[in-house]
Amino acid sequence: MSDTLLDVENLWVKFPTRNGIFDAVRGISFSLGRERLGIVGESGSGKSMTGRAVLKLIRKPGFVEADRMVMGGTDLLTATEKDMRAIRGRHAAMIMQDPKFSLNPVMTVEQQMVEALTTHEKVSKREARTRALEMLDAVAIREPERVLKLYPHEVSGGMGQRIMIAMMLIPDPEILIADEPTSALDVSVQLQVLEIMDKLVKDRGMGLIFISHDLNLVANFCDRVAVMYAGRIVEVCEAGKLHEAQHPYTRGLLNAVPDLEHPRERLEVLERDPAWRETPSVSAR
Amino acid sequence: MSEISQTRDGQQGLAVPPWLKKLVATLLTVAVTLLGLLFVTFMIGRVMPIDPVLAVIGERATQAQYDAAFKELGLDKSLLEQFLIYVRDVLSGDFGKSIRTGQEVTTDIARVFPATLELATLGTVIGIVLGVPLGVMAAVYRGSWIDQLARFVGLIGYSMPIFWLGLVGLLIFYGILDWVEGPGRLGVFYQGLVPERTGLLLVDSAIAGDWTVFKNAFGHIILPASLLGYYSLAYISRMTRSFMLEQLNSEYVTTARVKGLSERKVIWRHAFRNIRIQLITVIALAYANLLEGSVLTEIIFAWPGLGSYITTSLLANDMNSVLGGTVVIGTIFVALNIFSDLLYRVFDPRAK
Amino acid sequence: MTELPNPQPKPGWREWLLTDAPASRGQARAAAWYAGWLALRGNTLAMFGLLVLLFLILCALFAPLLASQDPFVQDLGARLLPPGSEGYIFGTDSLGRDIYSRLLYGARISLYIVALVALVAPLLGLIIGTIAGYAGGWVDVVLMRFTDIFLAFPRLILALAFVAALGAGIENAVLAISLTAWPPYARIARAETLTIRNSDYIHAIRLQGAGPVRIITRHVWPLCISSLVIRVTLDMAGIILTAAGLGFLGLGAQPPSPEWGAMVSEGRKYILDHWWVATIPGLAIFAISLAFNLLGDGLRDVLDPKESKS
Repeated sequence: MSDTLLDVENLWVKFPTRNGIFDAVRGISFSLGRERLGIVGESGSGKSMTGRAVLKLIRKPGFVEADRMVMGGTDLLTATEKDMRAIRGRHAAMIMQDPKFSLNPVMTVEQQMVEALTTHEKVSKREARTRALEMLDAVAIREPERVLKLYPHEVSGGMGQRIMIAMMLIPDPEILIADEPTSALDVSVQLQVLEIMDKLVKDRGMGLIFISHDLNLVANFCDRVAVMYAGRIVEVCEAGKLHEAQHPYTRGLLNAVPDLEHPRERLEVLERDPAWRETPSVSAR
Repeated sequence: MSEISQTRDGQQGLAVPPWLKKLVATLLTVAVTLLGLLFVTFMIGRVMPIDPVLAVIGERATQAQYDAAFKELGLDKSLLEQFLIYVRDVLSGDFGKSIRTGQEVTTDIARVFPATLELATLGTVIGIVLGVPLGVMAAVYRGSWIDQLARFVGLIGYSMPIFWLGLVGLLIFYGILDWVEGPGRLGVFYQGLVPERTGLLLVDSAIAGDWTVFKNAFGHIILPASLLGYYSLAYISRMTRSFMLEQLNSEYVTTARVKGLSERKVIWRHAFRNIRIQLITVIALAYANLLEGSVLTEIIFAWPGLGSYITTSLLANDMNSVLGGTVVIGTIFVALNIFSDLLYRVFDPRAK
Repeated sequence: MTELPNPQPKPGWREWLLTDAPASRGQARAAAWYAGWLALRGNTLAMFGLLVLLFLILCALFAPLLASQDPFVQDLGARLLPPGSEGYIFGTDSLGRDIYSRLLYGARISLYIVALVALVAPLLGLIIGTIAGYAGGWVDVVLMRFTDIFLAFPRLILALAFVAALGAGIENAVLAISLTAWPPYARIARAETLTIRNSDYIHAIRLQGAGPVRIITRHVWPLCISSLVIRVTLDMAGIILTAAGLGFLGLGAQPPSPEWGAMVSEGRKYILDHWWVATIPGLAIFAISLAFNLLGDGLRDVLDPKESKS
């Protein structure tokens, strides 16, 4: 892979607790090109931690260990906090679950968007504002002039998430990490938001890490899917071939979803085999 | 634009705008609270064991004089009437005469209040300047030495009797080290040198440009103000810390970090901005508490303020002055509460 | 911290207390208390506070045995002796009374005041709060407005005014502090009552014919107790400080009573030349309120895990 944006080998995320060290992520490897990689798993499987570990945003006292973690030309393992600040936002950005919480409630949309840009580029206020307007336009927000003046509580969830996407893409990063970007949204706007995000990612040739608990959603919007369980990747497959998946966990997840075309009397309950925890990670490089 | 209009429209077309309703409700609450305040002080004045008539005319008056005074004080009227008269008097700024000083209580209070105001204000300023950064740092570096320090400062502040701390402070900084001036507001030789404009000595001497007086007044005020400041520092830092912890755990802080902002900007521009309004409430409360805390401090430092006035009057059984002072401080409490409530409405975009 | 002065359980008690399947209500309750105790024991500062308090209680209880002098006997020949003088560990005051002995007897007064206020104020708040919460409607509005009015007053100043009206003295100080301390308890009790009032079991009891008085006293009160207890423990230091403040102003216990606040006040005149007269009783006040604060923080962590996170 010549165009690797991110390469991670043997990544661990650890939290010291009173009863020893808790491993949230246990030695996973993956890489990301200009493609859309889905990470799927149940809550607590370590998928969100993986996303945050890439940006080195694991909250203390948690910490990250890996054999290799390279983004673009930068070795993230040896990068200082200052280096990381230059990378965050500029090279890799992240969208979080609920715009109600992920946007600052007491700053206007304009202040927040402009700040995202001026942190990385020396531009005039005016130019930053123009770029913000363009970006809002790109995420299909009408009347962007007016929206700039609003506070986050004055916009709906779907619009908030589009603002979030616009804000994160303003400095033109190569990697976008989307952590359950639509889980908190109304079902009616979920697809719209995803399509906007998808289009932007494709047009700009970015790499996308799409973290979700929803297998089918991920299958529709990604090229590759990594399935995580208990801090490890248990299976990796092409999104189109998801239904040929082998691992019993993946199969279990697929079977636990209702299907309109093949209605069943009862949905399957996922039976977890303790042995899964111990099988080594599958590489997604 | 249905997305936006939900929150904006919907309330239009009503005869009474909502803000007016809120205003009326607030004013009513204030009126009821103030009335209740007066009722409590009125009742305290009635149940006290001292005969108010004898207090005015003295022990050796004749029965006729007694009856006349009894009537003049309105004690022959019903309790309700007496209360209404009391409310009317207070509203027109009349708390009666002080038996101790022989002057109108209102005049007395106007004379002593600036001293308390100056002390409490300087104390609160010290509390804010030190307490807010300490609280923020304690939250940011949770569990570190600075957090422990904040906790220690708070614990001591909540446990130390203020009058005792004042005495020990006098002993150390005045008696032993001689760094500050002694009790009182101003040295004997400096009194009457600057014209009184605001009643606040520091301000008056600064206006007059008399820096020797300023220096002396500062030497007098700095110790009591620092002690009071310590108490509000304990309170303000504790609240700041807990507000900040809440904010630092929220998602928008992560967003700010994802954008690549420096930690300084994440803390001050993002997290701190969200606690400013809560902080105003805390500071208003701290200020009110200092007005109260100044009662004991003023005694220790022979500070001629409202606190000294109330306690000296109390010991002289001068009820009019005590109740007048109580009403004034109570009213300030209520006013500060409303003030912070209003600021909330004005500055929090979510409250509009 | 391996063995602390709790009654050493007999063999088997521990198991009985720590069982997952209590056989009786009594055992379940005892187990809950024991679990709380274990959590509290892990909190070093809280245990320190508890030890200091136990020590002070013992001092108060055995004051007559521990005292080296009669706390009231004046000896003008031995006035203002510094600490460490023979027979006077902490020195003597301006009337030649032994400060150490007066401190011991003073502990009785402080604990007496705290205990009384801690009983009276929450009870007052409990009654008002539960009635307001249970009755609802205009009773609620009136009572809560009343509560707010009291909250609007600065506490020390209100207490001053009450003492002025009632006359100085320990009992009146207790009454005055209680009268200023009840509003927060009323608010807590009301909030609890509001959640309890509409629960199904209250409806069931009402259907069985229980009257409001019975429901409030038997079914609402017991559930309000725990949150009130936390609040009271946290407030104890404040009560001590207010009581000492009143004593300092000459409005609490009257001379020659060895109340700590009054002792500080007596020593005030001599602070520059005879520091110990005012400083030592002040240290005692500080110690007891610090102990209450430490214990209160620890108890809150144990009993109210939601709050402890902040």
